[in-house]
Amino acid sequence: MWATVVADLFRVVGTWGREIRDSRGRYVVTALPLLYLIAFFLVPFLFVLKISFATSAIGQPPYTPLVAWGEDGALTIRLVFDNYRFLLGDPLYVGAYLNSLRFATVATLACLVIGYPIAYGIARARPAIRVVLLVLVILPFWTSSLLRSYALIGILRTNGVLNQILLGLGVIDQPLEILHSNLAVHIGIVYNYLPFMILPLVATLMRLDFTLLEAAADLGARPISAFLRVTLPLSIPGIVAGSLLVFIPAVGEFVIPDLLGGPDSLTIGRVLWTEFFTNRDWPLAAAVAVAMLMLIVIPIMLFEYFTEREARRGEGRTG
Amino acid sequence: MNNARKPGYAEPWQDPAEEPFVRIEGVTKTYGKVYAVDDVSLDVFRGEFFSLLGGSGCGKSTLLRVLAGFEVPDRGRVLIDGIDMTRVPPYLRPVNMMFQSYALFPHMTVADNVAFGLKQDGLPKAAIADRVSQMLDLVRLSGLEKRKPDQLSGGQRQRVALARALARQPKLLLLDEPLGALDKKLREHTQFELVNIQERVGTTFIMVTHDQEEAMTMSSRIAVMDAGQIVQVSTPSHLYEYPATRFVASFIGAVNIINATVLSQDGDRVLARAHDLGIDVVARSGTPVPAGIDIGIAIRPEKIDVAEEAPTRADNVIDGKVVEIAYLGDVSIYHVETASGATLRVQETHAARSADPHYNWGDRLYLVWNAADAAVLTS
Repeated sequence: MWATVVADLFRVVGTWGREIRDSRGRYVVTALPLLYLIAFFLVPFLFVLKISFATSAIGQPPYTPLVAWGEDGALTIRLVFDNYRFLLGDPLYVGAYLNSLRFATVATLACLVIGYPIAYGIARARPAIRVVLLVLVILPFWTSSLLRSYALIGILRTNGVLNQILLGLGVIDQPLEILHSNLAVHIGIVYNYLPFMILPLVATLMRLDFTLLEAAADLGARPISAFLRVTLPLSIPGIVAGSLLVFIPAVGEFVIPDLLGGPDSLTIGRVLWTEFFTNRDWPLAAAVAVAMLMLIVIPIMLFEYFTEREARRGEGRTG
Repeated sequence: MNNARKPGYAEPWQDPAEEPFVRIEGVTKTYGKVYAVDDVSLDVFRGEFFSLLGGSGCGKSTLLRVLAGFEVPDRGRVLIDGIDMTRVPPYLRPVNMMFQSYALFPHMTVADNVAFGLKQDGLPKAAIADRVSQMLDLVRLSGLEKRKPDQLSGGQRQRVALARALARQPKLLLLDEPLGALDKKLREHTQFELVNIQERVGTTFIMVTHDQEEAMTMSSRIAVMDAGQIVQVSTPSHLYEYPATRFVASFIGAVNIINATVLSQDGDRVLARAHDLGIDVVARSGTPVPAGIDIGIAIRPEKIDVAEEAPTRADNVIDGKVVEIAYLGDVSIYHVETASGATLRVQETHAARSADPHYNWGDRLYLVWNAADAAVLTS
C-alpha cells in the first residue's frame, strides 16, 4: 500500500524526476525504487492474488493449493472465482467498500479545506518561522498513530475533555455523543492525515512565484480573483499529491474506524481484519484486499494516463 | 536618439502652466531603519518616457512599487492624473506594470496572459479577442497566441509582458528593468522598438533601470537616484553635459574628475588650482562659486583634444605620456599620465580609416580642452 503511495508521489510531484531523467545517474535512481517495489510490493501482492483464487481449508496454510499434481501425474491449476463473486453479491462487502470510499473522500476534502490555508500560511511565512511551523506539523508523528487515536477517545467520549469544556462554558447542556459514530471516524482520519495534505501543498506553494500575484493585482484582479485564477491553478500538483496521500491510506484505514467508529462505521479495513483473524478465511480476505487495491489503483492509473497525455499534447505544441 | 526631443516636440517640463500627470510629493518609505526612498518629490508629464536611473539599492524600484501600489509610503502622496492614489490598492489603479521577471502566468497561453486584465475589467468576449490580437500585432507576436510562456524565447516573453501590460490601455505604464534579462544585441534592438511603441500608444512610461545607456537612449527625461534620493532630473543630453554632482557625472558616461580649489571667478569662467595635475585650470560654471572652496572639475574623455605640439592658444593644456591604449574600432581610449602622476582618460574618434594607431605606448603628447567643456561640481 505504502509502496504505491511513494511511487505515485514520485510521479505526481515529479518535477525533480524530469531533472533526474536528463542525468546519467538516471538508471540507478530509477532502478533502486523499482527493485524496492518489486521486492516489497509486487511479490507480496502476487502471493495475495494467488490466495484469493483458492478456497479456505482447515490446515496450515489455511487454504487449498492452486497448483496440484493429480494422481494420474497431470498438472492441474484450479482458480476459484467464488470469493470475488461472493464479494459482489454480499451487500456487507459492497457497503463496506462504499463506506470506506465515503470516509476517504470526506476526509480528503476536509483535509484540503483545513490544510490549504495552513500550507499557504507556512509557505508565505519568513524562513525562520517556516521551519518552526513545519516542525509543528510533523511533531505529532513522533507519537504512534495508535496512541494518538486512544487520546482522541479520551477527548471525544461522553465525559471526555471536549464535552467537559463545552459544558463548562455553557455552550451545550447535554454532552455530545461523538465517540463511536461516523463523525468520530472523520475527526480521527482528518487529524491523522492532515500533515500528508499540508506537506506537499507547502512544497508547491513555496515554489509559487509571488510576483505572479502582484502581476494579477496589477492587472485588476482583487485578492479573491487572483487566488482563483493564479494561485489555485498553480497549486494543483500539490493538491493532487496531497489528496492521493490522504485518500489512498484513508480507504484502507483500519485502526481509526475500529477504535473511534460505531457498529455502522464498517469499513473495508475492518472487514479485512475480521476475515483474516476472526473468520480465518484467508482466500476471501485476500480477495477483499485485491478488490480494494483495484478500487484505488485503477482510478489513479487512469488519472495519470490522462494527465500525462495532456502534458505530452502541451509539449507537442513547441515549434 | 531622443524621440521626445525631436525639433518642435514639446518639452512640457519647461512650461510652468502644464499640469504634471504623475506627481510624487515628499514620498518616504522605510524598511526598519533603512530609508529606501527618502523624501522624494518628482513630476512626470503626460506622454513622457521617464527613467529612474541608479545603482542597486538606490530606491528606484521601491519608488516604482509605490507608483504601482504594492508599497504604501510612510509619508507623502502620489497623484496620478490629479487623483490621490497613495492608498488605492494596485487593482484599482489606472496603472500597469511590466515586471523585471515578466511574471507571465505559466499556466496560461500567450493570448490568455494578454487577456487577463481585460477579463478582470469584464469586457465582452469579442472585444477581448480584438484587443488581444491588436496587442500581439503591436509587439509582433501574432501566431503565437496558443503558446505557453515556457515555449517562448526570452525576447518573446518580454514582448508578451509588454502586450499584457498595455492591453488595458493604462494611463501610466511602469517598466521595471524591461530589458534586463535580454542579451546585448536583442537589448539594443528592443530599446528602439519600445520607444516606437510608446510613441504609437502615447502612454506615459516610467522606467526603472540601472543601465545609463538604456536610460539615455530611450528617455525624454531621467531622474538619477542615489541613496533613496533624487540627485538630478534632466534630459539625457543635459545630464551628460551639465551634471550637477560628482555622482551624476561619473554615473553617466565616462568622465575625468579633477579635484581643485577655486582661486577666482570671472563671469562664468572659474580659475582653480588642480592639485592632482599641479597646474591651474579654467572651467565653466553658470553659478557663482566662492574662492577657496574645493570643487571637482568634470571633463568628458571625448572633449579632450590630443596634440603632438603645444598649442599656442588654449584654455587648458597639460602634457603627459601614453600609458594605456584601448582600441575599440570606432574610437580609441588613451590613458595619459601627467608629470604629477595623475592619469587622464582621453577618447579619440577614428573618423578616417587607418590600420595604424595614432599614438603608441610611451608617446608624449599634449592634452587640450576648453573651459566651456569642463563642468564645475560643487558636491
